[in-house]
Amino acid sequence: MIESLNPLLASAIAAAIPLILAALGELVVERSGVLNLGLEGMMLIGALASFVAVAHGGGLAASVIAAMAAGAMIALVFGFVTLTLQANQVAAGLSLTILGTGISAFLGRQYVGFRAPASFADLPIPGLSELPLLGPSLFSMNLLGYATIALLGGVAWFLYRTRAGLALRCIGESPVVARSLGLPVIPVRYAAVAFGGAMAGLAGCYYAVAQFKMWQEGLTSGNGWIALALVVFATWRPLRVGIGALLFGGVSALGLYLQAINVQVSVFALSSLPYLATIIVLAFISSNQNAIRRNAPASLGKAFHADG
Amino acid sequence: MKTWKHAAASLAGAAALLAAPLISHAAEPLKMAWVYVGPVGDGGWTYAHDLGRKAAMKALGDKISTTIVESVPEGADSERVIRDLAAKGNKIIFTTSFGYMEPTLKVAKAFPKVDFYHATGFKSDKNVTIYNSRMYEPAYLAGIIAGHVSKKGILGFVASFPIPEVVRNINAYTMGARSVNPKITTKVVWVNTWYDPGKERQAAEALIGQGADVLLQNTDSSAVLQTAQDKGVNAFGWDSDMTAYAPKAHLGSAIEIWGGYYTKVAEAAIAGKPLKTTVWGGMKDGMNDLVSISPNIPAAAKAVVAEKAAAIKSGKVQVFTGPIKGSDGSIKLAAGKTLTDKEIDSVNYYVEGVEGQLPK
Repeated sequence: MIESLNPLLASAIAAAIPLILAALGELVVERSGVLNLGLEGMMLIGALASFVAVAHGGGLAASVIAAMAAGAMIALVFGFVTLTLQANQVAAGLSLTILGTGISAFLGRQYVGFRAPASFADLPIPGLSELPLLGPSLFSMNLLGYATIALLGGVAWFLYRTRAGLALRCIGESPVVARSLGLPVIPVRYAAVAFGGAMAGLAGCYYAVAQFKMWQEGLTSGNGWIALALVVFATWRPLRVGIGALLFGGVSALGLYLQAINVQVSVFALSSLPYLATIIVLAFISSNQNAIRRNAPASLGKAFHADG
Repeated sequence: MKTWKHAAASLAGAAALLAAPLISHAAEPLKMAWVYVGPVGDGGWTYAHDLGRKAAMKALGDKISTTIVESVPEGADSERVIRDLAAKGNKIIFTTSFGYMEPTLKVAKAFPKVDFYHATGFKSDKNVTIYNSRMYEPAYLAGIIAGHVSKKGILGFVASFPIPEVVRNINAYTMGARSVNPKITTKVVWVNTWYDPGKERQAAEALIGQGADVLLQNTDSSAVLQTAQDKGVNAFGWDSDMTAYAPKAHLGSAIEIWGGYYTKVAEAAIAGKPLKTTVWGGMKDGMNDLVSISPNIPAAAKAVVAEKAAAIKSGKVQVFTGPIKGSDGSIKLAAGKTLTDKEIDSVNYYVEGVEGQLPK
């Protein structure tokens, strides 16, 4: 019985990893007080960049570097527009999504129709991967999967255990106070935005080179928006991003899994499960206004005028 | 007499003046437009339609000019896009997804001089013509191969929406497999989308997890095939030739071939006799086929598939020939009879061998 759950868990984890990567990046961006709605666009740019890297024989390391660099670069364009030129962040973020979707579709035309020549293979950890229940799913991920777990811990440690993390959170709460303390508001926000872009690029790399091993237009099929929702869902706490992503991946896998084992539930009910679960959890979270007020960065989405 | 001559001359002149724009108009290319549900780069359904458009352009050169709109969601959004294309002077508009049916009919009423062609629907009008491809024929052949290749006797099908177009492909696939091995069963997972590589992959994983070892899908990406290769099982390409996505897992691709039809529609319109009859083409008409069959399948399977393919192409064999039993055990069609097109187009049951209940 337990063995039959393995494919379900593995499927849930595989779906959760890119969501965690993208959401973690966005979480750091939002913690610095910037709202970047361009996740989907940055993920697509990263996915294409990584696929191009392996398609031209660059290998896996090159695909990761290409994805993160491309994601960071396009994010810095957003940074320039919103931080230096102080344009509206919501509008700039939405434009970034449209831009990324369009550019990746246009540049990617010649890469449609074949399998990635190299891809991240599953690396089972000897011993651990034979543990019952979680062993075969949690301990036989690919390299990017393990890296995601490390990044999850790393971001949590950075935000809550380092001076730089404290500075970043302080800037997100009140850039005016942060500046009066001598913190470099705009440079830190630039760094956060670049980090968010690199992480979204990495999520794209996971889709193109680890999970689907191909390039197709709109490969991420809206998961950038789900990652964005996950940040709110997790009330801006890194570890909750992990839980939320697993929950979403698990519930969407469950709907398909129940069909495969012939459970007689309406298909339409099953496919609305992930969204139903999201609404319930969001309703639950927003009923606790304190949690949101405590964790939401107070200056989120507001432009900061250094001279004002 | 003189005045008569004058009148005649001026009449002729007027006629020439009137005719001039008509003549130059005739030399202008015929404006045609396509509305696509996915991106051209989906490597599947939309890609196949775009190959068809390009084939028509190649055949007719500057006699036609074409416009495409990609990734148009079904429903209200598509109505706006179709209306816009009609307003921009396109004379022929192809709407290439089931969910464009009502919007197409609605816009067609407002533009009686534009001819609309709707793929896979079942409602037509004076200026709305339906065309479709009998994909259940290559699906049946795929089933024959699956019947030979499957070791566990369990097939998997990743399905999009519970509409007759998809249900009959599930049935044909299962019937093909059971013509080889009557014990085979098919598991079906519905993803409620045409294009979502993540969901398609998860569905394939769920099916493989339950023992399915030969998969077919009625969705638009190559994710199911890729997943099959990753998990060491087999699968087919759908809509376009998908060999290059998963050379090891790929057993063959059921493809659509729209080029011939699109060319014919354009030629007829240019000749002033627009095609208005419903076209439901199959392998016989060269509108689809099972191609790139893997060299690794058993010789027996190759022989049977070649024989059945020839029989379907010659029109001797119909896929939906009785006896057909429903999955509930009831007789759906007596031995020797064949389903009519109307019955095929409204099928609302699983055949014997398909597990689970058809979503209603």
